[in-house]
Amino acid sequence: MTQPLAFRRILAVLVKEFTQLRRDRLTYAMMLLMPVVQLLLFGYAINNDPRHLPTIVYVQDQSAMARSVLAALDNSTYFRIIRVAHSQSDVEASIRQGEALFAVTIPADFTRRVVRHDHAQVLVEADAADPTAVGGAASLLAALPRTALARDLVGGAAWLPAADPFEVIVHRRFNPENITAFNVVPGLLGVILSLTLVLMTALSVTRERERGTMESLLATPVRPIEVMAGKLSPYVGVGLVQTLVILGVADLMFGVPMPDTAASWSALGVGVVLFIIGSLALGFLFSTLAQTQLQAMQMSFFYIMPSVLLSGFAFPFQGMPVWARDVGQLLPVTHFLRIVRGTVLKGETFADLTASLAALAAFLVAITSLAMLRYRTTLD
Amino acid sequence: MSLAIDVRHLNKTFGAKAVVQDVAISVEAGRICGFLGPNGSGKTTTLRMLCGLLRPDSGEGTCLGFDILRETDQIKRRTGYMTQRFSLYEDLSIEENLLFIARVYGLEHGRRRVSGAIEQLGLGPRRRQLAGELSGGWKQRLALAGCTLHGPKLLLLDEPTAGVDPKARRDFWDQIHALAAEGLTVLVSTHYMDEAERCHDIAYIFQGRLIARGSAEALVRDSRLITFRAEGEGAYRMAADLSRAPGVLMASPFGQALHVSGTDRSALETAIAPFRRTGVVWSEIAPTLEDVFIRLMGREGEAG
Ligand SMILES: Nc1ncnc2c1ncn2[C@@H]1O[C@H](COP(=O)(O)OP(=O)(O)OP(=O)(O)O)[C@@H](O)[C@H]1O
Ligand SMILES: [Mg+2]
Repeated sequence: MTQPLAFRRILAVLVKEFTQLRRDRLTYAMMLLMPVVQLLLFGYAINNDPRHLPTIVYVQDQSAMARSVLAALDNSTYFRIIRVAHSQSDVEASIRQGEALFAVTIPADFTRRVVRHDHAQVLVEADAADPTAVGGAASLLAALPRTALARDLVGGAAWLPAADPFEVIVHRRFNPENITAFNVVPGLLGVILSLTLVLMTALSVTRERERGTMESLLATPVRPIEVMAGKLSPYVGVGLVQTLVILGVADLMFGVPMPDTAASWSALGVGVVLFIIGSLALGFLFSTLAQTQLQAMQMSFFYIMPSVLLSGFAFPFQGMPVWARDVGQLLPVTHFLRIVRGTVLKGETFADLTASLAALAAFLVAITSLAMLRYRTTLD
Repeated sequence: MSLAIDVRHLNKTFGAKAVVQDVAISVEAGRICGFLGPNGSGKTTTLRMLCGLLRPDSGEGTCLGFDILRETDQIKRRTGYMTQRFSLYEDLSIEENLLFIARVYGLEHGRRRVSGAIEQLGLGPRRRQLAGELSGGWKQRLALAGCTLHGPKLLLLDEPTAGVDPKARRDFWDQIHALAAEGLTVLVSTHYMDEAERCHDIAYIFQGRLIARGSAEALVRDSRLITFRAEGEGAYRMAADLSRAPGVLMASPFGQALHVSGTDRSALETAIAPFRRTGVVWSEIAPTLEDVFIRLMGREGEAG
């Protein structure tokens, strides 16, 4: 015989749950604050139609027409001209390092050819590593020739042929076929690694506290940095295996290109190791702040959300408002994504990735120091 | 005689609650000191301060000659602390737990020492069993093996025999005496009177203050407590009436018998007089340690 449902017993459990929830201040705060903070944060930050994309211009033709073309670009709101290049190699470096997503080159004979109807061209190089970032801007470029020179050619309109006065040649770099997977799959590497690794270490210390084993551990002469190193090491192995698996699947099943030089591979390798250790250290820091495993888990999720949304993984980094990019700069995933995409898609090496690698190293040092400051060798 | 533990003016508060107040403990090397006191009186807190697990708010002194505030590392290296609640890894086997300890202390011949400890425990065949699967008593034995593995000079044991059967308890104490005979100093908290009597010395703490100190005999003598025992038909039922009588500090049943105590002999005799009837035999006995402690508690409680 099963007993009938007793309302009183349900109530008993319910009251107990509520009471326990109320005691757990952090969980309580997280439950109320998290949705609000995240909604505001991401509601404003996310932008599927990115504009004001950084653009470098290389003008070899100092003429009124060239200036009109640039003005038209600027007015479109899709492009934000960050500076004028002084050489072709300057253009190349700027695109490669991600300073600019677009490089517009106006050749020396531009005006002459427009006037002569002699196949005048404007060259646009686009960093197509992230197809969504350049999609909208690329389609605007198609309409540019019909409008850009409208004022310059007034009066002379009579002799204008039906054809456009010039042609825009768009050259998609790094991902010429616009394959989304080329961008997403390397990004997933960063997200999956953070998700698993931060949680691993965050749980492993709070578990000791929850189960009471911390008391025995602290009674031994083991030092904080030794605990940290010992806790992190096995997961470095876990992270490396995860990386190999993800890269293998990316290559074999999605056809994502792999670095083609040893220099690229080693830059990627250093980035991966720094990122793995940095993520683990962050988990360790969380565990020194959280009292329970549940709290550690909540902190980890609180960190994962911006890592997905503000790092340039889910939405184009250049399309976010400045403050959101500033937040993004603080996240290791942002720098890691640049390293992975840079080495995988652009064949970049240490020279191109110095800033990102340095950022990861700085993150690691900062988080480790914080964790050591926070870690208590007593039960107080 | 050198002092293995020599601390004074220890204070610790949690929030607004003064948990340990002005406690001083000194224990000579090679002695076993029993640490007694009711629940929540501050025993665990004191032990934790001695081994560097809690930082005293104020106080001074040494353990094994090392400063308790500044040289906790040195103290930890030479001290074995057995926690009140089992705190080895339940998801590691007996052997793995001990090996971990051996490595953390950087013991030479760790594996051999672990095997030795396991044999001594009589756990040879179960060395691969998970610690979490052990019964309560076996967990205690494993914990003791764990905190003595690195050959400490000082043992701090927090209720090491709670929930352990009498035979295992006796073995445990034999072992502790054997260790003390080798020069180890032991401070052990307990709620068992028979265990208290097996200690060379007793420190009694009440509401965070140390209120009695000395050997069991000295404590009984100094209490100046007089105890009468009534045996016979229904003797134990007189407890309620007697405990209200003037001059009676305590009247508590012991099985079929009754113990009545007080410090004023004539008042006590007067109180008992109405209860001297046929079938009940009264005799004077030596007060037990328990009587002394209950008396101490009552007196301090009134004073406070
Ligand atoms: N971390 C803490 N935070 C707040 N109060 C605490 C903490 N640890 C202990 N206490 C309080 O300090 C007092 C002394 O506790 P302690 O554990 O030292 O007592 P004890 O003598 O070991 O008791 P028992 O015999 O029950 O083990 C208790 O009132 C307890 O509630
Ligand atoms: Mg206790």
